[in-house]
Amino acid sequence: MKENMTIIANRQIAKDIYELTLAGSLVQRMRTPGQFVHMKVANSGPLLRRPLSLCDINQEANECTIIYRAEGAGTMLLSQKLPGDTVDVLGPLGNGFSVSALSSGQRALLVGGGIGVPPLYELAKQLVNKGVFVTIVLGFQTKDVVFYEERFASFGETYVATVDGSYGMKGFVTDVIHHHRLSFHVLYACGPKPMLRALANEFPHQDVYLSLEERMGCGVGACFACVCRVPHSETAYKKVCSDGPVFRAGEVVL
Amino acid sequence: MNRLAVELPGLSLKNPIMPASGCFGFGREYAKFYDLSVLGAIMIKATTLEARFGNPTPRVAETPSGMLNAIGLQNPGVDVVLTEELPWLAQYDVPIIANVAGSTVEEYVEVARRISKAPNVHALELNISCPNVKKGGIAFGTVPEIAAELTRAVKEVSDVPVYVKLSPNVTNIVAMAKAVEQAGADGLTMINTLLGMRIDVKTAKPILANRTGGLSGPAIKPIAIRMIYEVSQAVSIPIIGMGGIESAEDVIEFFYAGASAVAIGTANFIDPYVCPNIIRDLPNVLDELRIDHISQCTGRGWNNGQTVYCGT
Repeated sequence: MKENMTIIANRQIAKDIYELTLAGSLVQRMRTPGQFVHMKVANSGPLLRRPLSLCDINQEANECTIIYRAEGAGTMLLSQKLPGDTVDVLGPLGNGFSVSALSSGQRALLVGGGIGVPPLYELAKQLVNKGVFVTIVLGFQTKDVVFYEERFASFGETYVATVDGSYGMKGFVTDVIHHHRLSFHVLYACGPKPMLRALANEFPHQDVYLSLEERMGCGVGACFACVCRVPHSETAYKKVCSDGPVFRAGEVVL
Repeated sequence: MNRLAVELPGLSLKNPIMPASGCFGFGREYAKFYDLSVLGAIMIKATTLEARFGNPTPRVAETPSGMLNAIGLQNPGVDVVLTEELPWLAQYDVPIIANVAGSTVEEYVEVARRISKAPNVHALELNISCPNVKKGGIAFGTVPEIAAELTRAVKEVSDVPVYVKLSPNVTNIVAMAKAVEQAGADGLTMINTLLGMRIDVKTAKPILANRTGGLSGPAIKPIAIRMIYEVSQAVSIPIIGMGGIESAEDVIEFFYAGASAVAIGTANFIDPYVCPNIIRDLPNVLDELRIDHISQCTGRGWNNGQTVYCGT
């Protein structure tokens, strides 16, 4: 469950956005899109691990890809790492997206917001492999931080929206869904909470899976840092790290 | 001879290493990583009379060499702990130290009475020092007379020895230690977290939803060492030390300060294997120091090598 993985590549693909490829035997444990790894970037520097979602799993090459935004001390340090360096990786952790919710010939709508986009890549790959049709909607703040549009386009129809209108459609992912009247059997989403909330409210009677983000301590369910409430209860809870990070819409309070 | 075995009131420990309360849940998560029977003991998550949800998120924030937490004593309540968590833990050959919390003396007493009857609970840890709840916890941990009164009340009903967990958020921790010792405490555990805070530079708002939280991790280790050093010379009951321990060398340092066993907290979050790794490393460190038995380390920092507390 824990390994010093070797960095194969660590390159910038958009403003502050990096694509990190790691090699190691832990990859053989990685199966489900939406799972994450908990990464200790260096022995000195930040104390805690960083939860980062898996973007691409390549078991034949024993490699996985993670996309992160260099923002805080940990990810800034990670962005300076070079091929050949190692990082301490714990994982894979959490419960990912249910690929089995769909069968061949059905349609999935994948909706990603900002740094929530990466886990949808492995999801799209696995869905397409089993014959599911995918439509992809990606939302970003602005043109400079758009990434992976062409990669997603190889799996299915891909739409991009930016909040400031500098690229693609101006507005939010929900505007794209309305404008193109996109339909689906199952919706999968990962991104900021307001986006997830909007999607859950928009499609209350459909099959919707949402991947949540929360500040974590241990990443394995022991510290109770990343809990969220369950509807209609004062004390019931789910842990984002070990019960999620993917939940069915309605399962937890957003 | 087991060089790591330690005898403390209520506790025959195969080694002096135990995960600290609140950093290990009720053991289920870390049981996926290793056999919990290798541990000296387990300090389970603070238990109150009724289930508590705790504080809103964010509940953690990172700091230089440490972390702030404000979980707020989330737990399923004493009934669920007694019917689900403790029976599950009974499959492991490891004594349990039950951390008891509450908002009133009556709540502490009721939880202590009930949980001390569980067959695998060998001692109680009286949580008078949680900084993250509005009522109880810290109030009991800052006034010696109130701490003593609570200790007496819990001692009266407990079937097992009672250790009192001291808060570092006091002016005179020795006075607190002496007060609870006189009230009948069988041991002390120290230190709990230090009250701290962080503010987001972009939003000017506190990072923790609770605004303040408890600081733990290597950042607080020197404070723990100093406090254990002072308290161990002033009391004659044993101390289970905690506060930023990450390695076998850190364990020795805590023993030198005056601890007779130690608990590992935040380090579990960084390395789930930290407890078994420390247990594995300790004999080698003892070899390097030419020390036969871990108990011989207790108090060496101030007593020139004489053994102070050795329950055997």
